[in-house]
Formats: sequence, C-alpha cells, structure tokens
Amino acid sequence: MNDTPTSQPPARALLARVEQLQRNLGGAYRDAIVESLYADAEQIARKVVHTEKTKSYHVDQAIDRIVTSKIWGLPVMGLLLAVVFWVTIAGANVPSAMLADFFFYLGDQGVALFEAMGLPWWITGFVWHGTYRGLAWVVSVMLPPMAIFFPIFTILEDLGYLPRVAFNVDALFKRAGAHGKQALTMTMGLGCNAAGVVACRIIDSPRERLIAILTNNFMPCNGRWPTLIMLATLFVATSFPPALAAIAAAGSLVLVVLVGGAMTLILSAILSRSALKGEASSFTLELPPYRRPNMLRVLYTSIIDRTVFVLWRAIVMAVPAGGIIWLLSNIRASGETLTTHISGWLDPAGRAIGLDGVILLAYIIAIPANEIVIPTIVMAYTQAGMMIELDTLEELRQVLVEREGWTLLTAVCLMLFSLLHNPCSTTIWTIYQETRSVKWTAVSALLPLAITFALLFVLTQTVRVLF
Amino acid sequence: MNSDKTNDDDGTSTVNRTLASTAHHCGSCALHEHLVRMGIDIDNWDYVVALAGNPNVGKSTVFNALTGLKQHTGNWPGKTVARAEGGFEFSGKRYKIVDLPGTYSLLSASVDEEIARDFILFGRPDCVIVVVDATMLERNLNLVLQVLEITDKVVVCLNLMDEAERKGIDVDHRSLARELGVPVVPTSARKGEGLGLLMRTVSEVIAGDVEVAPRRNAGNAALNQAVDELIPMIETLYPGLPNPRWIALRLLDGDYRVRQALENGELARMGFETPDAAEQGIVMGAAGGS
Repeated sequence: MNDTPTSQPPARALLARVEQLQRNLGGAYRDAIVESLYADAEQIARKVVHTEKTKSYHVDQAIDRIVTSKIWGLPVMGLLLAVVFWVTIAGANVPSAMLADFFFYLGDQGVALFEAMGLPWWITGFVWHGTYRGLAWVVSVMLPPMAIFFPIFTILEDLGYLPRVAFNVDALFKRAGAHGKQALTMTMGLGCNAAGVVACRIIDSPRERLIAILTNNFMPCNGRWPTLIMLATLFVATSFPPALAAIAAAGSLVLVVLVGGAMTLILSAILSRSALKGEASSFTLELPPYRRPNMLRVLYTSIIDRTVFVLWRAIVMAVPAGGIIWLLSNIRASGETLTTHISGWLDPAGRAIGLDGVILLAYIIAIPANEIVIPTIVMAYTQAGMMIELDTLEELRQVLVEREGWTLLTAVCLMLFSLLHNPCSTTIWTIYQETRSVKWTAVSALLPLAITFALLFVLTQTVRVLF
Repeated sequence: MNSDKTNDDDGTSTVNRTLASTAHHCGSCALHEHLVRMGIDIDNWDYVVALAGNPNVGKSTVFNALTGLKQHTGNWPGKTVARAEGGFEFSGKRYKIVDLPGTYSLLSASVDEEIARDFILFGRPDCVIVVVDATMLERNLNLVLQVLEITDKVVVCLNLMDEAERKGIDVDHRSLARELGVPVVPTSARKGEGLGLLMRTVSEVIAGDVEVAPRRNAGNAALNQAVDELIPMIETLYPGLPNPRWIALRLLDGDYRVRQALENGELARMGFETPDAAEQGIVMGAAGGS
C-alpha cells in the first residue's frame, strides 16, 4: 500500500479550521445544502420533463396546496380529526344502546335460566354477573365506535393523507430535536403502539429512533380509542346541552390527541436536550399521489384487521377480568369484600389524581390490555352493589355520577390517564425487542406513568383550589 | 449463442446466457454478443460497478438482468442492510457489480445510506450506475446530484421509461445528460430494453472515452467560500483525492464517518487504491453500520 505519512498534526489543524468555519456559518448551512440540492433537482426536472398533466394531477396539487399549507395544514388536520370523531360519536350512540339492551336482556334470561335449573347462586353470579357481563360491556361499548372509526381512519390512510400529516408537523418535531419521520410512526401508533414502535425502524439515527420509541405511547392506540370515545360520550357530551353534545364530545377527543401530541413534543424536546442530546437530521419524505381507496380493502382492513382484532383481544381479556372482579367482590374478609379492601387502600392515591380507588384497581387488573379499563371499572362498581341492574348507558352514567360521585373532572382525568399511562404489556415487550435494552424498556414504561401521575396531580389540585 | 448452462435456483452455479435471448429491442445489435452473465462467479474482475438508486426504481431488475441472478430485496427501510454482488462479462472484460441498498439520499446516517455511501466513497468503484425512476425524476435527481458530488464516473440509468410513456411523461434524456454532465441511458429494465447501451456507456466511462463534467453546486455563497478554503487544505493533506470538495462539504456538515476517515488516514487510501484495500474498506463500512 502506498502509505501517505501519518499526517496527524495537519489533520488536526484542518479539523480545527472546519470547526471555526462551522461556527461562522451558523446552523442554517445544513439546510442550505439540502435546499440547494432540491432546488437544483427541481430546476433540472422542470427543464427535461414534459408531462401531459392529467386532470387528477392538478386536483392532487390543488388539494396539497391546502392540506400541506403552512397556514391551513394544521387547522385542516384538526378539523378533519374533529369531523371523524363527531361522526363516530353521533353514529355510535344508538347502536351502542341497542347492543346494551340486547346483551342485558340476554343476561337476564341467562340468570333466570340458571335459577330455574336450581344452580347455586355463586355459579350464576360468576358466569352471568362476572364473565358474561364483562363480555357484554366490552362488545356494546366498543364495537359500534370501532365499526365507524376504523373504516374512516383506513380511508384516510388509503387516500394518502398520513404522509401529509407528517409533512405538516415536521417543523414542530425539528424544533423538538426529533426526527420528522416520528410523525409517521405516531400515526402508526394510532393504530397500535406495538406496531408504531416497530415502525420506528424507518428512523435513521439511533438517538432519534429511541426518542420516537419512548414517546409512541402518547398516541392513543386502537385499544384506547373506544375508552376515550365512551368517556367523551358519557361525560363530556352530557355536560353540554343536547344540541352541542356531540360537537363538545368530538372537541374533547381532538383535545386529547393534541395533549398527546404536545406531550410527545415536550418529552422529545427534553430528551433531545438531556439524555439523548443531538440535532435533528434532514430527510426526504415522499408524498404519494392521492388514490381512490379500494373500498373492499378498506372494509377488510378496518373490520378484520382492526375491529375484530381489537374486539377479540378485549373479549379474551375481559372474560377473566370479569371473573376476577366478581371473585374480589364476593370473597369477604373481616366483613368486607376484597374489592372494598383493595380499592379503599388505593383510594387516597386515586383521589389525589382526580380518580378513585376502584378506578386504580380496575386499571391494575387491565394492565395486559388497555382495551378493558372502562368495562373493568364498570364491573368493579356494579359488582360492589350486586343489586343494580343497568339497562342503558344513561343508567350507567347515572350510577357513576350519582352513586360514585363522578364529575367532569373525573372523566377528564380518566381520559388523560388513559392517554398517557404506561404502554400495554405487548408494547413494552416490543420495545424490549427493538431496543434490546432493559434500561430503555424500563424508562419507556415508568416515565409515562410518572408523567401521568404528576400531570393529573397538578391538574386535580389546581381544579380543586379554583372551584 | 443460446446455449444456457443449467443454473440452480439458488444461483450458485455459473450462468452463461446472452442478453440477446431476452432482449427484443435492438436484439440484432452486435453488442449483445459480448455480454455474458456470470452470476456470482466474480473472481478476477477487471472493473467494479456499483448500482445506486432510490428504493423501488428497478435497481434489482437491472442487477438481475445483467448478472442472471435472482436477487430479492426487502421493502422495509432499515431491513435491507446487505449489498448483493454479481458479475458479468462485457466485451471481453469482467465486471463485478454491487447492488447497493436503495436510498433517497447519502446525507443522513441511516445504516443503509451509510453502506451505500461508504461503498461509493471507500470502495472506489470504477463506475457508479445511478438508477432513476423516469416517472419521478425530480425526487430521484436528489440522489444523482449527491452521487455526482462524490465521483465523476457516473452513468445515469433512466429506468421505467415504459411506465413514464404510459403516464404521459416525456423525459428528454439528452438535455438531462447535458444538465448533469454525465451520460444518461434510457432503459426499461423489465423488458430488457436499453441494457446493452447501458453497459457500453459504462465501459466507455471507465475507459475515459466519454467526457464527464458532473454538475456540482450545492450550498449557498458563504458555504461555497468555506468549501473553497478547505479544498486546498485537504488536497495538501491527501494529494490525489478524487473528491476534495465533497469531503469539505461533509466535514462542514459534521459527518462523523468522514471526519474519522480523515483522522485515521483511511481517506488517504482512496487516491491509491488496490482492489484488496477496496474490499477491506467495504467490509469495514458494512460492519460499522450493522
């Protein structure tokens, strides 16, 4: 090999000069390099490419001018989200009530049948009031919103809107020191956080990828949407006059997503300035042409891959959870049920963050799947007083509000709790698979939990002082 | 010359097939007589050719058409981190062709982009074929311009011409060649069209029969001033570097890998390369990335 002399000192001098020049140039030259490349490419392409522009191309460009505009991009995004939620809530109310009627009628018949057969009370209770009721709640509360929300979401995905979302929020992420592609992994997280975490592979630098993995949890996944939608319907909507109810509920959901986005940005900014220091890197984002969604594929994806998948997971988890709650509520120690003992013990912590002991207990039972937090809460409450018969969602609301003392604050806190708390066990496992680091996996689970408790504590105490 | 030897499905045996048997277009052209696919039998090559390009532009189709291999590539960014290699013989010279991971750019430090960049930089291929999608020229040109910053020996393979035609997109490849300062060959690799011309152009670029004057003007005035100041310093340090301007740009951009190469003298080898050393460079690059 023709060795050149090991010219260490001159190399050092060169590098020193480079650093000096970097300082003189300021930060903007990085963008300047990329921008001039792009400008060049555009200029050349304009010279050599002649397109008989089809009509659809013009329409594409006209739409993109609005949905990716600096001024209108974000508002359009928020509006679109609000419309989707509004359609979901307005459309899900009636079928939800009908399903609940049907399932509880069936449950009553089952109880009557078991009693007629002379089976002992605890078998009837465990089967019908425990496991069956868990299942009935999950299906009637979750199925209608999912059957509306997921097809709409899939249509937006198929249209090619999601990359535009990433384009719109890129600047925000850059300011937070995170990668613009993180917005894409977040939209994947709207489907499923585990999938969102895997999608972080598209992010180049390990630093930015880790940030994206750690914050993906703040995007409510398929499993948490029904919980949020139900809370918005039951509590936010009913706190407003009927004319405004659905709009208020949809607005509150948009707010929840915005809070999730804000938390993502804040945590990304903190991480990229502390433990994961570094600058945001540039990247090329392809905006695919708008395509007419293939309705068959949309229906298949949204019904089979999403609705049935989530519902099945919820049912599988809800049945044992229902059983556990029933047992806890019917096994007595020193005169009180186990539910009363445990929730009483958890109550101070729950109250401090605007919730209560029963909610925390339900949350702990529901750790394997976020989907069943609400049904578990309902079961825990109703099991505590076995005599209550809930025939409609309105009655459920009345029980929660009048008997359990829920307020709008409780509902808001629970929505925030559902949005921010630690990832489900599947996601945590996926994070370990992707990072291969026990440390970062632990951080990904505990950091959101700590943030949740801190945030809710501050919120609750503030509200209590003010009102 | 249609005497195909048997080739195993895994492509381990030598494949000798003339391109003429598959190319309908200008099949009578004498050039095809000279192209012999060698599969992965790539010992004792005369030249190394790298295939770069955005994902899904038909890079692997070009690769397979030239080598007779059946290379499968994953579509998930980040998964494809390996390079595929194959060989062919053209006009009596043996070529090793390296299929690099599909990338949109060579600027950021993802594993696949680093492999592509390190190979173009330290592997010192005799020629880089940048495959571009004629239906998405503007986006594809970003990568072409970046490759032009690194090396002169570039041939642009303007692929998917058939698709462009169907979409009513007309690309003037002569003007494009003028703008870029390197040869542009229109192809439809799926149909085997234009590949003979592509190879002839590659051989001409390697032989120096074609004059190249790659377009280079990234950055603003202040940046170019800084670059101009650094170039002589780099040239003094490492005489014979083919692309001091690019090195200067990367140093200013804070490129860790280039800085490292400068500090440990790895850069020096670029000017006076032996094939063995080139191979070492590639392996190191790939290992560093994974």
